Amino acid sequence: MAELTEELSQVAPQDPKTQTPSETREPESHDSTTGTPTVIVDDLHIVYKVYGSAGDAEKGNAANALMRLLRRQGRPQMKEVHAVKGVSFVAHHGDAIGIIGRNGSGKSTLLRAIAGLLPPHKGAVYTNGQPSLLGVNAALMKELTGERNIILGCYAMGMTPAEVREKYDEIVDFSGIGEFVQFPMSTYSSGMGARLRFAISSAKTHDVLLIDEALATGDREFKRKSQDRIKQMRQSAGTVFLVAHNLDVIEETCNRVIWLHKGKIRMQGDPQEVLEAYNKA
Amino acid sequence: MSQPESAVAEAQGGGRAPESLAALAERHGLRRAIARPSMPAYLRQLWDRRHFILTYATSRNVSKYSESMLGQLWQVLTPLLNAAVYWLMFGVILGQSKSIHNYPAFLITGVMVFTFTQRTVISGAKSISSNLSLIRALHFPRASLPLAYTMQELQQLGYSMGVLLLLVLVTGEPITWLWLLVPVTLAMQTVFNIGLGLFMARVGAFMRDMNQLLPFITRTWLYASGVFYAIDDKTRELPDILRWVLEFNPAAAYIEFMRDLLIYQRFPERWAWVTCVFWAVFAVIVGFWYFWRAEERYGRG
Repeated sequence: MAELTEELSQVAPQDPKTQTPSETREPESHDSTTGTPTVIVDDLHIVYKVYGSAGDAEKGNAANALMRLLRRQGRPQMKEVHAVKGVSFVAHHGDAIGIIGRNGSGKSTLLRAIAGLLPPHKGAVYTNGQPSLLGVNAALMKELTGERNIILGCYAMGMTPAEVREKYDEIVDFSGIGEFVQFPMSTYSSGMGARLRFAISSAKTHDVLLIDEALATGDREFKRKSQDRIKQMRQSAGTVFLVAHNLDVIEETCNRVIWLHKGKIRMQGDPQEVLEAYNKA
Repeated sequence: MSQPESAVAEAQGGGRAPESLAALAERHGLRRAIARPSMPAYLRQLWDRRHFILTYATSRNVSKYSESMLGQLWQVLTPLLNAAVYWLMFGVILGQSKSIHNYPAFLITGVMVFTFTQRTVISGAKSISSNLSLIRALHFPRASLPLAYTMQELQQLGYSMGVLLLLVLVTGEPITWLWLLVPVTLAMQTVFNIGLGLFMARVGAFMRDMNQLLPFITRTWLYASGVFYAIDDKTRELPDILRWVLEFNPAAAYIEFMRDLLIYQRFPERWAWVTCVFWAVFAVIVGFWYFWRAEERYGRG
């Protein structure tokens, strides 16, 4: 172990050789995880189209736009962002995989692709069952009361009315927002909002669970509660993916870490080694 | 950079043999995360999501007016004010009312019925493109969104219809047994709108400029649909084919159907039934098929 980290610190970060340690050690870690593959990511490329980000020279003006139309040029405001560039890995039953990397390294995009929410540009994601992203934020409406949002969020995750009735009290209790559940979410403090969102999104059980920065919210007490909840979910879920900037959480909960850098896997393997290398970079 | 990655891929393949990841996936019965379900399966998924669709529609309606002081009252005030504006312009100022029996009711029926379809078209075109974050966060049949938007418009139409029926009574038309057919024509129009909304959702998702263009298209449609005038009056001198096209126009057909029931107190003719049913069936089949064909591509951009 010590040799590996030494070796890592000597190699320049840009050097492709940084991957050597993970490659050589990879088969071992597979032997240790006896589970069958649950998620296979095969040379995955994800390309986003971004609208409305005009460059300085091309500020939207009607004459320019007309000229571009006449010259049959595409819209300059439409940019393609190559967020994930050829990522491959296999996740097994019982794995808890942490994904780390700087802002914009493609972590969230990769999660969404695994969840089947973003179509691959090239390559493929193979899964067993339906991976689900932990997060219903996009479905909630801040003008509505907590009550309505709980129901809306549960339905958005695909629950039946019976399941919603069953989980409703549990969600309110877990979020700890008390009588605020009667008020619109726009009146909540950011912590309360985050707690309610986490409580809603963690109310469902999943085969393959994808968690994106869900733990960085709330006070100390709620953090502990939510970590317990994640552990529970890990036990019931086959495989967990966790994206977080809080590296302690990754180290505590994951048995494997993938380090993404500019859309590619920089390194993967044992949490301690990868995190150490990541902290040095 | 690609070399070490493929090396990783091979190592990942189990380290046994240079087995491709695709083969490994097949051996363990894993499927592609993104695959379009068959049409029957898709419709079943959609049915399973009916609670989400209805709740989402209601929630959007509630949140829409939650910032204003009068709140939900606007659901009734908006159609009333709309009717008042049109009546002032076309009934009082432009003096159309002399040639048409009960012009206020004629006009307001046209406006309400047309608005239902017009709003579905406009909101349907935005239903995918303005919900990208939702599409990128949760898994559900994407047709839920245009459907929810159509349901939202249907709920609003409920208030409009209340206003309309009241105005029809106020302007002196009697209640007849034909009123029982109002839900029937609304059902046909809703089915038509669902299809049109789905169609527009896909168009709007991939052609962003559609949102700029739509107001002009819907306004042209409005003027062509006999909302302010009686089509058979105005088209007497036109060639038969043009006249037939104007009357076959779905919006005009639904408007005339409603006017038959509420104002003229006559059972709609057979061709009116045929036109209304045809458009509903045609739109919903084409709309679903067209939307479903791109199911796995929504959310990319």
